[in-house]
Amino acid sequence: MLEINNLHVELEGDAKPILKGVSLSIGAGTVHAIMGPNGSGKSTMSYVLSGRDGYRVTEGTATLQGEDLLAMDPEQRAAAGLFLAFQYPVEIPGVGNMTFLRTALNAQRKTRGEPEVSAGEFLKLIRDKAKSLKIDAEMLKRPVNVGFSGGEKKRNEILQMAVLEPKMCILDETDSGLDVDAMKLVADGVNALRDQGRSFLVITHYQRLLDHIAPDVVHIMADGRIVKTGGPDLALEVENNGYADILAEVKG
Amino acid sequence: MSLAVVKSDPLANRLASSDHVTAGWTAPARAEALARLTAMGLPGRRDEYWRYTRPDALNAAMPLPAMDFRSDEVPVFDAVDRLRIVFIDGVFSEADSDPLDVAGIRVERLADVQGADIHWAQDLYGTLEAKGQHPVARPFAALATATATDGVLIHVTGRALRPVSLIYRHNAATSDAVLHHVIRLDPGAALTLLENGPGAARFTTLMEVDVGEGAAFHHIRAQGRDRDRHAATHLFARVAAAALFKSFTLTVNGRLTRNEAVIDLLGDGGVAHIAGAALGDGAFMHDDTVFMTHDAVGCESRQVFKKVLRNGAVGVFQGKILVKQGAQKTDGYQISQSLLLDEDSQFLAKPELEIYADDVACSHGSTSGAIDETALYYLRSRGVPRKEAVDLLVLSFVAEALAEIADDDLREDIADRLRGWLARRA
Ligand SMILES: Nc1ncnc2c1ncn2[C@@H]1O[C@H](COP(=O)(O)OP(=O)(O)OP(=O)(O)O)[C@@H](O)[C@H]1O
Ligand SMILES: [Mg+2]
Repeated sequence: MLEINNLHVELEGDAKPILKGVSLSIGAGTVHAIMGPNGSGKSTMSYVLSGRDGYRVTEGTATLQGEDLLAMDPEQRAAAGLFLAFQYPVEIPGVGNMTFLRTALNAQRKTRGEPEVSAGEFLKLIRDKAKSLKIDAEMLKRPVNVGFSGGEKKRNEILQMAVLEPKMCILDETDSGLDVDAMKLVADGVNALRDQGRSFLVITHYQRLLDHIAPDVVHIMADGRIVKTGGPDLALEVENNGYADILAEVKG
Repeated sequence: MSLAVVKSDPLANRLASSDHVTAGWTAPARAEALARLTAMGLPGRRDEYWRYTRPDALNAAMPLPAMDFRSDEVPVFDAVDRLRIVFIDGVFSEADSDPLDVAGIRVERLADVQGADIHWAQDLYGTLEAKGQHPVARPFAALATATATDGVLIHVTGRALRPVSLIYRHNAATSDAVLHHVIRLDPGAALTLLENGPGAARFTTLMEVDVGEGAAFHHIRAQGRDRDRHAATHLFARVAAAALFKSFTLTVNGRLTRNEAVIDLLGDGGVAHIAGAALGDGAFMHDDTVFMTHDAVGCESRQVFKKVLRNGAVGVFQGKILVKQGAQKTDGYQISQSLLLDEDSQFLAKPELEIYADDVACSHGSTSGAIDETALYYLRSRGVPRKEAVDLLVLSFVAEALAEIADDDLREDIADRLRGWLARRA
């Protein structure tokens, strides 16, 4: 599904290297988790994959289902099936949540040569999805993320994911800021979407989310590289002992 | 009527192009306005409130030609059940208008009542304009009082069930029109007034509105889209106790637009909101000049102006809140913002507060900014193409001004017009 090979990235204008050779291979239908100390480059990687300005790829490749991600505009990447649930969702005053989502869905469908979803169909679709995430009608009407609590913003990201039905979902710390019940809702939302054709990359600091969304593979990122890869146990190890042992072992 | 100026004078040349009415009940007001205008002269660069906007085309003896704007869009307000009053190049067209008899409103044509001796409008015609000449001179308003050839007098005695819609068509390439409307709302009365269309190649208008105690006046205007038209519009209002005055203007296109508003809150608990959204691409100069006076206790005023500019378009905002002595518990708000879609465009703002009361809450802000790159990225990351994402952000930028339109259908109508403008851009 997603193949990242020896990805080197620096800040534009700064020449400060942030990713220093990330390689990652995520197969169709699998769930990978990435953990790693603050500032190790996890969000940067997700931004670069989704096409944010301000970064320069100096080396390496990234492909989604064989297509060169790095050559596409952000909207093309989305239409190709990539989705990033933001660590810090953006507020857009004046744009209604529903308008935004319907515009996004239909734009993606148009790019893929699929028919647009009518207003009626969309309403039904979003109501169903919102209900399961306990997002009420009033929140759907409000401008995108404006006045949403931290947890509401995160749930709104998952709502977007559920409506857009991407193939490759990257969740950047979707669990931080969520209360215990909301975490369960989000995990249920993710699990409902799990299937053969869809993959997940879950960035998190805590085992708690991984209790609900059982990952197939766990990676540790440090200083711009994937330094260790293992099974679900690796996340437990981090939870219990922190990163010191792992980092020492890698260095050693 | 003799002019106290010689023919080489630009003012004399400007006035020479219009027919002068010298008889009837408006005659004294017209003579006084002409004297005012002669004393103040046409505006120039040295005038404090004409520093940003060049008045040359408004001062010129003859208007510059303007082609009318053609599109196959449904005309704005088309679906609204309204009393249609049509002017073509500044001349009332009976054939295109609805019959002027509506319950709760009396509508007359200014030109028709020239001969009437006693008329309620006599107390208003030129009166608010004259008062609004201080402390800032407004020469084209005086010109409109002095030389208007047409207009309507609307007397609202109850709740008007249908909006009155003034439709200004433009046919002749070099038409030069001067209109003067007078509107009075009796205590407790209500009226929604719609205006749309370019009017003429050069269009000078003045509207004097007297909003009686507890009355409600809603004004929604979509200015004409002819690219080369020039317009100087004036809105003078006085707002009585517990009355509501609301005005919204959408401007897309037009080479020069100067919209002046002078609003006096004269009764306790009055509310006056004035808002505008202007979208300009290329040769577009748009100027909102507002003077809001609080002269009573517990009044609320809002000024909300948004301008979206690209390809060298220029936006101007000169907005003042004056809180007079004794106007305690004043709640005054003013915001003027521009969204510059490129580096060639320009926004010039002159926000002013002048406060002589101590128990007031007044705030004002003015900003100029580009598209928010983070928001743009967020939208694109969800699959919205760049152009559509920019359009959404433009709509979101002007939303606060549009929100000033109280009626949902009318707001949606205006939003449609806005979307049409966006859709025409590459
Ligand atoms: N625009 C930027 N300007 C300056 N430094 C940046 C910028 N973007 C990222 N960095 C730096 O790059 C490094 C990686 O940041 P990134 O946000 O990717 O870390 P992270 O692994 O997501 O951390 P966290 O767990 O705290 O979210 C940090 O040192 C950060 O300060
Ligand atoms: Mg991060």
